[in-house]
Amino acid sequence: MRHRKRKSGILLVTQLPLKGTGGLSPQIVSGTRKGRKKGFWHELVHNRVLFLMLLPTLLFFLVNSYFPMVGVYYAFTQFDFNSGLFNAPFVGLKNFEFLWRSGTLVKLTLNTIGYNLAFILLGNVLAIVCAILLSELRVKWFKKLTQSVMFLPYFVSFVILSVIVYNVFNYDNGFLNTLLSQFGANPVDVYNNPVIWILLIILFYLWKNLGYSMVIYLASITGISEEYYEAAKIDGAHIFQRIWYITVPMLKSTFVMLLLFSLGSIMKGQFDLFYQLIGNNGVLYNTTDILDTYVFRSLKVTFDVGMATAAGLYQSLFGFFLIMTVNYIIRKINDDYALF
Amino acid sequence: MTIKDDHYTRLLQGVAYTVIILGSLACLIPFLLIISASLTANDSIIKDGYHFIPAQFSLEGYKTVFTFPDEVLRAYGVTLFTTVIGTTLGLFFMTMAGYVLARKDFKYRNTFSFYIYFTTLFGGGLVPWYIMITKYLHLTDSYGALIFPGLMTPFLIILMKNFIRSAVPEELFESAKMDGAGDFKIYWRIVLQLSMPGIATVGLFLALAYWNDWFSSSLFINDPHKYQLQFHLYNVINSASFIANMGAGTGVSLGSDLPTESTKMAMAIVVTGPILFLYPFIQRYFVKGLTIGAVKG
Repeated sequence: MRHRKRKSGILLVTQLPLKGTGGLSPQIVSGTRKGRKKGFWHELVHNRVLFLMLLPTLLFFLVNSYFPMVGVYYAFTQFDFNSGLFNAPFVGLKNFEFLWRSGTLVKLTLNTIGYNLAFILLGNVLAIVCAILLSELRVKWFKKLTQSVMFLPYFVSFVILSVIVYNVFNYDNGFLNTLLSQFGANPVDVYNNPVIWILLIILFYLWKNLGYSMVIYLASITGISEEYYEAAKIDGAHIFQRIWYITVPMLKSTFVMLLLFSLGSIMKGQFDLFYQLIGNNGVLYNTTDILDTYVFRSLKVTFDVGMATAAGLYQSLFGFFLIMTVNYIIRKINDDYALF
Repeated sequence: MTIKDDHYTRLLQGVAYTVIILGSLACLIPFLLIISASLTANDSIIKDGYHFIPAQFSLEGYKTVFTFPDEVLRAYGVTLFTTVIGTTLGLFFMTMAGYVLARKDFKYRNTFSFYIYFTTLFGGGLVPWYIMITKYLHLTDSYGALIFPGLMTPFLIILMKNFIRSAVPEELFESAKMDGAGDFKIYWRIVLQLSMPGIATVGLFLALAYWNDWFSSSLFINDPHKYQLQFHLYNVINSASFIANMGAGTGVSLGSDLPTESTKMAMAIVVTGPILFLYPFIQRYFVKGLTIGAVKG
């Protein structure tokens, strides 16, 4: 014990100039560069095995995430695959200007944020409602069974989603039109109706993800102490009051946490969902095109690399500032909920 | 318990059972539609459309899928291979990372945690990443392109770290160290043994992502022999002529009376089958992962 204390005392000395470098602010780090370096090399040698074990992960993110950040340079060029990676003519902000002038950027931004807001709000509210109702079920096997069934769609691939959509909505022999014709109604051409898809996309998002968030909320409900409910019962609160005044407030922290996570990625669309449902059906782009699908198409279909990079960079930057702002505000209101 | 409370409780029970039953049906019905369609005679689908219950029972869809099993089997092989290799490698790296980041005496753990977390905040976007994989790593048309991008995610690393934290008490590291165990030995002999449930959870998350991946194939693979299962299905669904071409390579002419519709649905069932079959057994691990992950990252 004594030995350990002494050791940690020594560590503290080398640690001193590092205070505040544990996390997030590179400015502070550069201010005390010298002290850091010595400490760092010392650590590197001392804990070389730990560093070595972390190395694959560090390399992975370096190659998969950090190196590509340099590539945002292409956003300022008229890039094509033949002219070599760094020989593309520099065009400044022209790509952005085009995206802005053509109205593409505004449309994509509104679509992306609009869909995500609908996903976040509807998704969370429904998940909370379902989790509360599920937790009230008394028959145990039934509770387990239905929870599993509602979680199931999360596990199938998005390609299966496109099979389902094809099965139900295709014009010639889809389930919907079969049903309609049985009742003597006219068939509906869903694939050429841009407005219906707003609903369908939201619907299928909920179908696929409701079980996932429901499980999270269910876990927090299970964590609420039975004593609260007993006490409320004695005080004469009926079941709806118990839910409204105990369960719902207790779910607040889970809700805020999930909300923040999703707000952070509000500029990132559900690419799989949109691409598998819409694909390359140009008729529907106005209401269903999001930044991710636009970038993908520019890369793989129209080969407009510069433009695609520009749209992608815009997406990243916008999202980054958004999350920084949200986090800053949350920090001011309640430090506990801040993401970092 | 008052009479009023009794009344409300019964009301809530009624609402709860109704909503949950409806919700569960909504989750199941699409699968039933596909299963039913895969068991329907193709003529009947073309004439009368898709139904809940096969209007005219037939196994011809499955027969067509298995008459020329080469492509679907190869796609199965590719997916199985990438899933096994990717999950094994990813788990090895992520458990090591989770262990190092869980060690409270590792001084730079916050810095490295942030290094990993930052990639979720900002990125170069799809295009520079695509160029990185194709032009610098030269992974086009290789299994590497199917395995590498999915090896790790920040979410799973943090999940792994939390699992290890909750499974292995801090004192155990110290006492093992006192006994002269090296850092890697502690990981290999103690951490891995104690956090098996956590490893299973993270591994299943990873395996599911590999199994359901179609995106990597669509981006990086031009050679149909290396298409993943999901992308194979995607092609079958999205090209009307695909099934007609299926027999072409083998020199067998199938003519125009090929059961395209029921074959598409049969293919969907063949592709999803393993997930549906394994689901009851693996589901609880995911529930556990979400529960622990939700406790705060």
